[in-house]
Amino acid sequence: MFIINYIKEIYSGLKSLVVGLRRTLFYFTHHKEIITEQYPDNRATLNLAQRFKGEVVMPHDENNEHRCTGCTACELACPNGTIKVITKFDLTPEGKKKKAIDKLVYHLELCTMCNLCITACPSDAIKMAQTFEHSVYDRSQLTKVLNFEGSKIMDGVE
Amino acid sequence: MWSLSNIASGIHEWLSKTFPSTVVTVVEMVIVGVCVISLFAILGLVLVMMERKVSAWIQIRLGPNRVGPKGMFQSMADTVKLLVKEGMTPTGADKFLFNLAPYIAIIVSMLLMAPIAFAKDLTMWNLNIGVLYVSAISSVSVISILMAGWASNNKYSLLGAMRSGAQIVSYELSAGLSILCIVVLVGSLNLNDIIASQSNGWWIFKGHIPVFIAFIIFLIAATAETNRAPFDLAEAESELTAGFHTEYSGMKFALFFLAEYVNVFIVCAIGATLFFGGWMPLHIGHWEAFNHIMDFIPSSLWFFGKIFFLIFLIMWFRWTFPRLRIDQLLNLEWKYLLPISMFNLLLVTAMAILGWYF
Amino acid sequence: MVEELSRTEEGNIIINVGPQHPATHGVLHLVITLHGETIQKVEPHLGYIHRSIEKMCESLTYRQFIYVTSRMDYLSSHINNHACALCVEKGMQIEVPERAQVIRVLMDELTRIASHELWWGAMAMDLGAFTPFFHAFREREVINEIMEDTCGARLTMNYILPGGVLEDLHPSFQKKVKDFIVLYKRKIAEYDEMVTGNIIFQNRMKNVGVLSAADAISFGCSGPTLRGSGVSCDVRKIYPYEIYNKLEFNEALETAGDSFARYMIRIREMNESIRIIEQLIDNIPEGEFQAKTKAVLKLPKGEFYQRVETARGEFGIYIVSEGGTTPYRIKFRSPGFSNLSALDHMARGGKIGDLVAMMGSLDLVIPDIDR
Repeated sequence: MFIINYIKEIYSGLKSLVVGLRRTLFYFTHHKEIITEQYPDNRATLNLAQRFKGEVVMPHDENNEHRCTGCTACELACPNGTIKVITKFDLTPEGKKKKAIDKLVYHLELCTMCNLCITACPSDAIKMAQTFEHSVYDRSQLTKVLNFEGSKIMDGVE
Repeated sequence: MWSLSNIASGIHEWLSKTFPSTVVTVVEMVIVGVCVISLFAILGLVLVMMERKVSAWIQIRLGPNRVGPKGMFQSMADTVKLLVKEGMTPTGADKFLFNLAPYIAIIVSMLLMAPIAFAKDLTMWNLNIGVLYVSAISSVSVISILMAGWASNNKYSLLGAMRSGAQIVSYELSAGLSILCIVVLVGSLNLNDIIASQSNGWWIFKGHIPVFIAFIIFLIAATAETNRAPFDLAEAESELTAGFHTEYSGMKFALFFLAEYVNVFIVCAIGATLFFGGWMPLHIGHWEAFNHIMDFIPSSLWFFGKIFFLIFLIMWFRWTFPRLRIDQLLNLEWKYLLPISMFNLLLVTAMAILGWYF
Repeated sequence: MVEELSRTEEGNIIINVGPQHPATHGVLHLVITLHGETIQKVEPHLGYIHRSIEKMCESLTYRQFIYVTSRMDYLSSHINNHACALCVEKGMQIEVPERAQVIRVLMDELTRIASHELWWGAMAMDLGAFTPFFHAFREREVINEIMEDTCGARLTMNYILPGGVLEDLHPSFQKKVKDFIVLYKRKIAEYDEMVTGNIIFQNRMKNVGVLSAADAISFGCSGPTLRGSGVSCDVRKIYPYEIYNKLEFNEALETAGDSFARYMIRIREMNESIRIIEQLIDNIPEGEFQAKTKAVLKLPKGEFYQRVETARGEFGIYIVSEGGTTPYRIKFRSPGFSNLSALDHMARGGKIGDLVAMMGSLDLVIPDIDR
């Protein structure tokens, strides 16, 4: 009886090993199963998700106009002080003072891509871009000013 | 016909004509030494590359494909990296033994090359006790591992070395017994005689089930003796970081690495010699035409083909199985492999006496 | 000096496993006392990745602090976020639309599968089999892509907000999840072929790290670790939140209490998660994905507790509010910390190889332990 159990044990053990070996041999011989993406080579065909949160950007239209009113809602919503809104007062043609942004400073190195600033923005002035190659040689390059040089607020955005 | 043995005898004739016999012996020894060292280097490069590709394909990856065409020079680049790296000796280490250990490892694998018949009539040393020599020398390799583990002054290394000591000493037994099966059938310890006895068929085919069992036990024991997964307890990187070579770096580490691969090559060469007829081509019964075609393939190609097939088997095991625990490893040897191979040896002896083989 | 410290009076040797060690999957530091290969004592040293998340949360508003909790148990970050959102909703009595609830549960279960996939690969790698790791990542990648489509991130999603979810489901979500279910059902058989059925693996796992039910309870274990000892403790069953009481699923239970039981629990949990997803994927109700909330959330004065079932066990969040916009005190009950405390008890008398198997079966995530 002992001998029979002994042989059974060896048989079932070997069988389980052979089952595993068969599976790995399948992958060894089926190179179509390989899923490696050769990243820098396939940059042209790379498909990024539409909603991928890569960095905060401020879209400008062709007249170099943005939608930011400088309300600092994004600055307040940010959990780690990534966004700093520096405002100034523009003179309207009627001679009134109007609040506008001077600079919207964005610290990419602090950003966790939590999307809270985007949801907080009442005028849809900022959005997430699908970029991901953020490495630079110097940390100071990660501090960005989101509004372009000489840009203005769009008409009709309050 | 143009073959390795013809080249060898050609060189020998030319040397004998030009120089006195003492000089001839010296020059031939130097040539053999250079050949062995370059074979080592090539084997290291090829086997590392092969391992990386096999593992990559099993793991649904591409493997090295950047350096050179299809990544062929990857292992060359690795070698250059290892050569220029600083070889550090930890404080508190036994400096002499620490530096000696990798050389012993590599010398042992060099010595093991001697009796192997690489092609028809091409043996470095046609030794009449070849099998005995191989099993004797291969047990010396444990000394280098113990030496490295002890001299490193690192507890991971020490544990790895102790594990390896227990492992190699026990698995020698079943490896030896499975080799004995073939020795019993052939009646000679000479590796060339063993090959010659397989001219009418390899032992794995001629010897029925007992020889097949002996082959499987030999394969398991060989994997264990060369410290390869699933028996890589001496290294066991998830337990002991890198085991006995934790403290080694640079070329000293590379020597251990090389010795491991060359040992794999050698045990596979022994396995191919014993069970797969060494350089003997595949002959099937009375298929004269088929046998003739097979004869046209050079004998060295046959031999290397068989070796690489066995090496693939061992690599395949490595990338499929989890590692055993140390007590299970010893259980496997003493409770399963050793009794089975002893019983198997009895069967083979009975078979040899009664002549129950082709 | 070093020589003296490394040896005890009884001739045992002391080994430091970690903080940089292949088996600890992070900066866990274990001081092991060994007698030969046999483990006498395991002493975990923590603090290598302590970021004082609880203190940080005190200075963040109730919307903001959620993103920090993704950084604790990063493998089930979505479930952590879920717990925080639930706790805030409980305090403010926000009614979450049903669509949002279904989306949250779907994401929870996908996260659970992804977490277990990674655990499965890492577990096999601890035991010395490298190939399963890559195969597990192949399936996990599919889930990550689903997450990326809808949440915009792969690991730290920050998709749940108090009152609902950040964005509606991506149009391709249903199709992709259905494709994943088909893929998963094909591949789970391979997992059994390569690892579960393997004789070496079974021998390494069975009767290793046995934890009796009484011990498991007294150590405060939860999740698969406690269920492996035969104690029913699934928060989704006992204290159902969201729509879990309307769903049909079994709580995976094993009684052996060894590493293999914990392994089987996790494998079965993946199958149960697939069952939950199958029930929900075709029945996502129409409607809002977010309740109308005030711009500034203020919890009423009081104490609030919410527990959820993460991939590793019971995750609890305890908020003390003074009525302001930020919490007065937050305490997280992380499953990994309590599960780790049982390691010493389990490992005594085992071998070094067993310790690795036990750590693998506990599925430790170090940032979760240290916070």
